[in-house]
Formats: sequence, C-alpha cells, structure tokens
Amino acid sequence: MVNLKAAVFSIFPVAVFLAVWEALSLMGLFNPQFIPSPVSVGRELINSFAHENLLGDVFSSLGRVVIGFLIAAVLGIGLGLFVGANRKAKNFVMPLMELFRPVPPIAWIPIAILWFGLGDKPAYFLVFTAAFFPLFTNAVFGAINLEETYKRAAYSLGAQKKYLFTDVLIPASLPHIFAGMKIGLGVSWMAVITAEMVGAQSGLGYMIQFNRLLLDTPKLVVGMVVIGVIGFSLNKLMVRAEHALAPWKNLQ
Amino acid sequence: MKIEFQNISKSFNGGNNVSGIAVLDEISFGVAEAEFFCIVGPSGCGKSTIINLAAGFIFPDKGQISVDEAAVAGPSASRTVVFQDYALFPWKTVFENIEFGLKCANADKEQRRQSVINLAEKVRLSQFLDCYPDRLSGGMKQRVAIARALAVNPNIILMDEPFASLDQQTRDVLQEELLGFRNEFLQTIIFVTHNIEEAIFLGDKVMVMSHRPGRVKAILDVPFPKPRRPEIRNDSDFLKLKQSVWRLLREEAF
Repeated sequence: MVNLKAAVFSIFPVAVFLAVWEALSLMGLFNPQFIPSPVSVGRELINSFAHENLLGDVFSSLGRVVIGFLIAAVLGIGLGLFVGANRKAKNFVMPLMELFRPVPPIAWIPIAILWFGLGDKPAYFLVFTAAFFPLFTNAVFGAINLEETYKRAAYSLGAQKKYLFTDVLIPASLPHIFAGMKIGLGVSWMAVITAEMVGAQSGLGYMIQFNRLLLDTPKLVVGMVVIGVIGFSLNKLMVRAEHALAPWKNLQ
Repeated sequence: MKIEFQNISKSFNGGNNVSGIAVLDEISFGVAEAEFFCIVGPSGCGKSTIINLAAGFIFPDKGQISVDEAAVAGPSASRTVVFQDYALFPWKTVFENIEFGLKCANADKEQRRQSVINLAEKVRLSQFLDCYPDRLSGGMKQRVAIARALAVNPNIILMDEPFASLDQQTRDVLQEELLGFRNEFLQTIIFVTHNIEEAIFLGDKVMVMSHRPGRVKAILDVPFPKPRRPEIRNDSDFLKLKQSVWRLLREEAF
C-alpha cells in the first residue's frame, strides 16, 4: 500500500510534465522538428520496438556495459580490497591511481579507437575506464575503514588470513563496495552512450546520433527516453542486489 | 592454563615526537589454572592494555608474558576475548557469529551446528539464532559474544569490561549467568572492570591497580566459596571487602 502510494506520488509530476508538453505542442507553440510532441514520441517508440531495430540497439548497449562493468568490478574491487588492506601496496598503487583518475572517460575515446578500432572493444574499454575508479576507490575506502576490533575478534577466534578476507574484510566493506557499484554502473551507462556516439555502428548512442543526421527528431527522443529508463532501472537493480546481498544493512 | 606477567612495561606514542605515554610500569602478577582473576582500577590505568597484551594484539616494551611457560606470540583461539563493545560481526547472524571460531578451526558442519545449538541454549538465545546482532539488546549481544568466545573451547577467556555498557539489572543477571557457566566451563579468566562489586562478586582474586602509569597496588583473595548466591552482595563480609578495595582505589582518584 505504501509502495503504491509512493509510486503514484512519483508518477504524478511526470504526468503533469507530459500533459503540459502535449498541450503546448497541440497549441502549435513548438516546432516538431525540434521538440516533437509526447504522443508522436510514444507512437514512434512503439513503432521502433515493433518494426525497427531498437531492441537490437538496447542489447548492444547493455551487452557492452555488462562486459566492461564486470571486468572493472572484478579488477577494481579486487585490487581495491587488496590495496586497502595492505599498506605497502597502497603506497605504491595510490599515486598511480591519482595520475589516471582525473582523465575523464571521454578523453580516452580517441586513443581507445586508435587501439581497438570501431565496434565493441573500444566501448568495453571506455566502460571499464569509467567504472573502474569509483569501484576501486570505494573498495579501498571500505577496506581501510575496517574496524580494528573486528580484526582482533577474528584473530582471537583463530581466523587465518583466508577467513579474515572472506568473512570479515569483504562483508564489512560490502556497503562501500555497493556504493561504488551504484556509481560505477551509472557512469558506465553514460560512457557506453558516449562511446557509441563516436565509435560504434550500433547501440543507443549510435542510434540517436544517426537519427540526428536524418533529422528524425521523434526517433532521437525515443532513444533518449530509452536511455533514461534503462539508466534508472540499472540503479534500481543495484539497490535490489544490495538488499539481497547485505541484508543486515536494511534492518531499520 | 596459568598466565604470568613479568615486569611488563608498555607505553604508547604521544604522536608528534612527544615522548611515549607510559601506560603500564613494571607490572608483575600470575593467574593460576582455572582462576577467575579480576582487575579493577581507575580509568586510564592500563586495564584494557593488559587484556590486549594477554590476547597478543600488542606486545610489551619490556618484560615477558607467558601462558604455561610459553611466551605469547600473537592472538590464538586458545585465548578468546570478550570485548566491551561486543565486537560481534554485524553481517553474521547470531548462529554464524557463534559458529565463526569453529569454522576457522575447520570443524565439520554438523558438529558446528550441534555446538552452536548447545551454546545458544545455555545463553538463552535459541530463539534468536537467525537474527542479526543489530536486532538484539546489549545484554543479548554480550551473551552472543560470550557464547562465541566459549565455542572454540579456549583455555583462557579475556574479558575487557564486558558488562560496562549494560544497565544494572542486566549486569547483575549476566554476572550470575557467567558464574553459573563455571560449573561446566573451567577456563582461566582475566576479567577487567571498574566496578568493585562486580570484581568481588565474580573473582577468586581481585587485583587493584594504581593510576597511570598502572602499577599493581594489591592483589586480594576473595574468600567466598563458589557457587555464590546473588544475595551475597549484601553480606557484611562482602561489603567490608568492597570497602577495603574502595579505600585502595580512592587513594588513586585524586
């Protein structure tokens, strides 16, 4: 009941926004070449799913995000936990990270295309560069913040390094790891769209860029809407995953 | 197992090249096999440092700590610790917390389950095995911590003001329960507290410490036989002993 109410509350402003937009379109205040009406976008949305390759573009983009993000998650979280738990490694790795971190993912596009050509590979790489740093930094933070008493409790109960890692360090860092995954997945999605606008022949980023060239504005907006909805859903998915994997965090 | 502290000194860094702050100064005492050894002292006298040293979390600057003649080289499941702030793993259920030490010892799963169930019954937590610690009251949390410390069947249990954050009633009940366990679990115990009554009620011996840097002021025998009735707290001999410990401590509280 509470959920339903909350849903209605968040849908209401969106409905008002669409209604005003449609009304202004009907009154002829907008040039449809620049701002198509919601109804025409909706019609185009259905058409694109039914008769065009919108679904194919969605899967291309999602596939690139999933692969790039998974590689970044394994390396970023793994390295982050190791570095956070090991002072020597931290002293060596952190300056390198500070060197690379300020380079925005977009700035990697030219060299990614140079290295990998066009298509999936530069997109994987770009998603990786975007997601890696938030994943890494948050994992480091989680590991550094492990409370000394948990370590002491574990050691005094006979824990070896293995159990300290699997039963103490990882679960204790999990809330931070998930914070990193939420940010990382969000920027991955932005990165893949950007990558596709420049260096791909498929995917939602390519699709909106292509429709700009055709001046097919409703299709372009359809692409934007789908990008937004998927970005929103990816975040929701991560929140769900966090609830399932870190249940002790949601007691209150 | 018996524990021996010989001429132990320990200081901590003052930071910024300030010379170290001496916490313990030439402390010597011995705890006999199966003895319940309580330590009382003003705050900042190094009581917790004694626990950390005995546990092997930190090492003395001078002197030697030995357990049955062997020097303490680091933490070990034969010396478990009960912490003031419980230190339960919040990501583990009550069951998993109690089970953790057995898991580290590679005990088989069924055996682990049996031990956890038995211990949970003793600490009256059978109904709460699937709960996360955040759901429990302070007294329940500390009972989980005690069960966790007992599960690995240690020779020594080190208790660092375990009941200090509990209310008086819960505290009294837990003290009585802890003594009740002594029928079955005859570990050597070092129990640190700032509560004189608690030290006398629980201890076979009470060591009184001086203000920082901590020194041994006196080690008193507690003559009351065990098991002890809760009402013993109001007996005149008990109150007399409490008075004399209080007098020793008052000299330190300036």
